[in-house]
Amino acid sequence: MTRRTPTATHTAAAESMSPRRRLQWAALLALVAVLVLVPFLDLPTAGLLPDRLNAPGTLQLLGLCLIFGALAMTYDLLFGFTGLLSFGHALFFAAGAYTFAIAVSVLHLSGPMALGFTLAVALLLPLAVGAVSLRTRGIAFAMVTLAFAQAGAVIVGQDPWHATGGELGLGMVYARLPDFLVGVANTRYLYWLSLGLLVVVAGVVWWVSASVTGRVWQAIRENEGRVQILGLRPYTFKLLAFVTASFLATLCGVAYVLLIGGTNPAIISAQFTLTLLVMVVLGGAGTRWGALVGGVVYTLLDQRLVALAGSHAWATMPAPLRVPLSQPLFILGVVFILVVLFRPAGIVSLFQPKPSTGPGAASGPPGRWRQRLRRRQR
Amino acid sequence: MSTITLLAITGIGLGGLYFLVAAGLALIFGLMRVLNFAHGAFLLLGAYFGWLLGAHLFGAAVTITTLQFIAVLVVATLTGAVVGTLTELLLIRPLYRREIAQVLVTVGLTLVIGALVVGIWGAEPKPFPAPAWVHQTTNVLGATVPNSRFLLIGAALAVLVGLQLFLRYTRYGLIVRAGVENRTMVSAMGIDVRRAFTLVFALGGAVAGLGGALAGVYFGAVSPDLGNVLLIDAFIVVVIGGLGSISGAALAALAVGLLQQFANYYVVGIGDLAIVLLLVAVLLVRPHGMAGTAA
Repeated sequence: MTRRTPTATHTAAAESMSPRRRLQWAALLALVAVLVLVPFLDLPTAGLLPDRLNAPGTLQLLGLCLIFGALAMTYDLLFGFTGLLSFGHALFFAAGAYTFAIAVSVLHLSGPMALGFTLAVALLLPLAVGAVSLRTRGIAFAMVTLAFAQAGAVIVGQDPWHATGGELGLGMVYARLPDFLVGVANTRYLYWLSLGLLVVVAGVVWWVSASVTGRVWQAIRENEGRVQILGLRPYTFKLLAFVTASFLATLCGVAYVLLIGGTNPAIISAQFTLTLLVMVVLGGAGTRWGALVGGVVYTLLDQRLVALAGSHAWATMPAPLRVPLSQPLFILGVVFILVVLFRPAGIVSLFQPKPSTGPGAASGPPGRWRQRLRRRQR
Repeated sequence: MSTITLLAITGIGLGGLYFLVAAGLALIFGLMRVLNFAHGAFLLLGAYFGWLLGAHLFGAAVTITTLQFIAVLVVATLTGAVVGTLTELLLIRPLYRREIAQVLVTVGLTLVIGALVVGIWGAEPKPFPAPAWVHQTTNVLGATVPNSRFLLIGAALAVLVGLQLFLRYTRYGLIVRAGVENRTMVSAMGIDVRRAFTLVFALGGAVAGLGGALAGVYFGAVSPDLGNVLLIDAFIVVVIGGLGSISGAALAALAVGLLQQFANYYVVGIGDLAIVLLLVAVLLVRPHGMAGTAA
């Protein structure tokens, strides 16, 4: 399926040796180290976060940011890198959360058994959904994936087998889980779990998007017909992207249900997939950092603007200002529109010296990848 | 027999509601290739402005006179038209030729308008005003049918006929139809297609506003999630009908409404699943929808 040419691996190895690359790796490791140490840092957060930096409430919020950052990265693998506009990504996240919760709380499986069961679902469900929906493309693909996600939402909401908890969601029963995952005092372990998940997801996404397969994905985004003419089957590559992204999204779902301690049907709604789309575009689609930054910023704003709106200074504001500003989605929506209009390459493009914007830049900076592919072909 | 009559008429009524929401979407997509996520927001604002008029000017009564009701519908329609026009002029036009960005901007707009509606009027449902006869029932072949279903069927038919007449027999209709066929060629003939874009957004918004008010009548109340709920159904209708085709959307709305009513009667709660399966089946057999030739 993947045609690995010796020259391709050579150039990849040569690239990773450059001193600039090494500096980036060092910065990355330092960042991860700081994030690992967060539960030991008893620092004030000046109202930005709910409590002191290492309090359980803060750690849970940070964990949520990390999980949604990872989830946004998996969506970017589809949308930003492969150019597949799916409206059903929430299905796989929710499948992870619900399968794991049901396995533990309803079927009373032990932790490892439940995880194994969930992983099987994580592999088979996207394979089936992807195999069917990738027969269509463009808007039709978006709609078929939306339809599958809606079917999932209907089943979860109506709960015909009394397993999902319907509109109320499903609370976790912790009896069969290891002790360190249970209780407010152990939130730090859940935080580390979320961080571990993010590192794994980011590692896989980066590695796979830089691999030969990843180059083909980007080529499909740029010009699918040309990939086909070059003798590759776009369908197989798209299915691979779909299954990879969905599998990782399912893992995010498991981490989510452990961190939050339950599920709710909102995570399988079409609105939730739209939220992911907003995160990815906000951060910068098709860039390595963009989706992660977008996911973290979105979650932080979404969670913290509510608290800000309840503060004292807020109450003294005149109503025409206070009413819209007290709605986090209003602010996020306005920011999102402004980004689409004026910064189509997302938040991360603010920190890049060379602007990678151009016509159609909302779906990532195409020119750069086209150049690299061309270089590779020589 | 009376059950089947009842299910058929209520199904057609529901189809009428779906068509009112889907017609504007199909019109906009046909000409501009933009999946308009803000359509639910147009509908929502139409419904809420109609409710505002009914609740504040007409003395907060849930039952109003027919004349007042017509005023409510007109206000809802105008609201939709104004919001649609403004959206096109302020948000869609600057992103000309960047279709993904246009879709994204409409996603942002739904967030903004949805949040504003919750912020200003609260999240709880508001009872929607309607004249007394709408709440009564009529006996058809032994079936007791709520009159609101007939209202929806009538409105949908009027909109369908009106849109077809507009597209067939007016100059702008001609431009819109030509633009659907080949946008570049229309521009090459020296016609400003962008004016047709604004017009299509205004028309689509107007129909959505009317649909919002009638959805308020159908459900008896308006709530902030009205737009999102109907938008997904409308997407499904538009895609089944063949993106961009008004008559296709009408047929698909009818099919979806009937299927949902009948499925829900025989197995409670299966209606939503049935239309989703219909969508998947149609797309796999005919990827461009029932009436579509090319997407």
